[in-house]
Amino acid sequence: MTAPVTVKPTPIIQHIAWTISDTIAVTKRNLITYVRLPQLLVFSSIQPVIFVLMFRYVFGGAISVPGGSYVDFLMPGIFVQTVVFGAMNTAVGLAEDLRKGLLERFRSLPMSRAAVLAGRTLAEFVRNIWVVALMCGVGFAVGFRVHTDPWVFVSGLALLLLFGFALTWVFAFVGLSTGNAETAQAASFPVMAVLVFASSAFVPTESMPGWLQGWTNNQPVSVTLDAVRALSIGGPTASKVLTSVAWCFGILVVAVPIAIWRYRTKV
Amino acid sequence: MQSDDSSNNAIVVEGLGKSFGDVTAIEDISFEVPRGTVLGLLGPNGAGKTTTVRILTTLIKATRGHASVLGIDVSQNPQAVRERIGLAGQYAAVDENLTGRENLRLIARLTHQPKNTIEGRVGEMLERFDLVAAADRPSRTYSGGMRRRLDLAAALVHRPPVLFLDEPTTGLDPSSRSDLWDIIGELVRDGTTVLVTTHYLDEADRLSDNIIVIDHGNIVAQGTADELKSRLGAVVIELTLADQAQAGRARDALAAIGPSEIDTHGKSLELKVTNGTQALMDVVRILDKENITPVDLGVRESTLDDVFLSLTGRKAGETNGTPESSPIAGEKA
Repeated sequence: MTAPVTVKPTPIIQHIAWTISDTIAVTKRNLITYVRLPQLLVFSSIQPVIFVLMFRYVFGGAISVPGGSYVDFLMPGIFVQTVVFGAMNTAVGLAEDLRKGLLERFRSLPMSRAAVLAGRTLAEFVRNIWVVALMCGVGFAVGFRVHTDPWVFVSGLALLLLFGFALTWVFAFVGLSTGNAETAQAASFPVMAVLVFASSAFVPTESMPGWLQGWTNNQPVSVTLDAVRALSIGGPTASKVLTSVAWCFGILVVAVPIAIWRYRTKV
Repeated sequence: MQSDDSSNNAIVVEGLGKSFGDVTAIEDISFEVPRGTVLGLLGPNGAGKTTTVRILTTLIKATRGHASVLGIDVSQNPQAVRERIGLAGQYAAVDENLTGRENLRLIARLTHQPKNTIEGRVGEMLERFDLVAAADRPSRTYSGGMRRRLDLAAALVHRPPVLFLDEPTTGLDPSSRSDLWDIIGELVRDGTTVLVTTHYLDEADRLSDNIIVIDHGNIVAQGTADELKSRLGAVVIELTLADQAQAGRARDALAAIGPSEIDTHGKSLELKVTNGTQALMDVVRILDKENITPVDLGVRESTLDDVFLSLTGRKAGETNGTPESSPIAGEKA
């Protein structure tokens, strides 16, 4: 007859300390991948740069926006688009870890149940800092100008990074659920396309039919975009920023528990 | 219900069952693994071996029954179980982009080893698993055998007293297999309890103190390798006759000595006996009297292959059609 051996429960402080140190260890592991496979970072950096240049010079002349230059209107759109599409990396990376049996190993270790996902999303957060900095550089080079105070603009970038972080948790769930990189990517794309293209990223929403405007003006990508745009070219910001922050925390509150639940129960 | 941490069993499984929807992966399995011994879980693909390991390593929950490791219930206190076990699965679960050293360092940190001991422990493991020269190369450059050694090292970084190996040598060449067996032998000598699943009979024979044969989610036989072999006759007398008619006559004449089988070609006869020398003399005497002269006559020790074949009706390594749950495509050869 087996009888339960009394095991002392881990004190809560110890538990928190382990969660933090596990998360740091996993984040570091994911960041090392970018150092070991620089092509990954190079290619994921080329795409946003191409977008900046293409919209600036190919479409830029044909699109006019009320009361300003198209490049100033466009750049926040490119920023947000890049962060949104970049969040797919989380799904792909986790699906790969799952396929290779790494998640199984992690799940057999006495480590925090949240650390594998938190380590992945934090590594993506760090990568986003790099990508956003790069796009700012390219953007400034092709004529993008900030019309607000530098610190207002920087807070816009911070909002952008927060939004990206929230989305990576959604895609952590997608990656764990699909289980392979190709499916993860295929499953992510349609959602992405609707969020990014049916938004105010590239064109003002006034040109869209009324029924579509209802969606484009209120969906999280547009809301965040409008907030970031207001923080860089001016205009009323408070309600836009608050709505966007509310979206970010709303997404996190839902996505973090379901992603961790998926990780724990993944058979 | 008293604590049995002090008991002799490292692993206790009672009436364990697991169903995935309508599919029953494990029906009803009970066994015990004494501390410091090796249990070989032998069975065809899909028999329920991997599912059993996944329950014991807290990766999935059982549908029925109980399982405990070092007296700790795996479903009630999975965290405490994880602190005490090591798992090396069917794939070398190492991060290809990290070096061997970084892989081990990561696992050491995630198993909460004291920081100041990590570098020393990692170095020790690299040495023990013969990976010092390759320690600072990304593990994607490693050979299959090296990856498997790194994987096993990763499972052992935190000195787990109980080790689970799920088909540890699948896909390895014979010399890497033999290396891995030596390492496992050393671990057991140092007191580690090991549960190893395999569909290689020689592996079970070589490594295990006790063997459990499972099929369709149930235990069909258990005992030491020698016990299993002697249950079906420790010795096999092989006869080849001139033609099928003679083979039939020989079988009838020898029926008194022991059970025999004629192979598919119809000319060879296998006779399973317990006392080889006596039986061989009887065989010769009877055949002489019946005026049958075999083309070939030989004696061999029975192998676990014989045991397996007679227990499950299949050769080891054949699939029995019950899908073993795994999220991973292309699971097994």
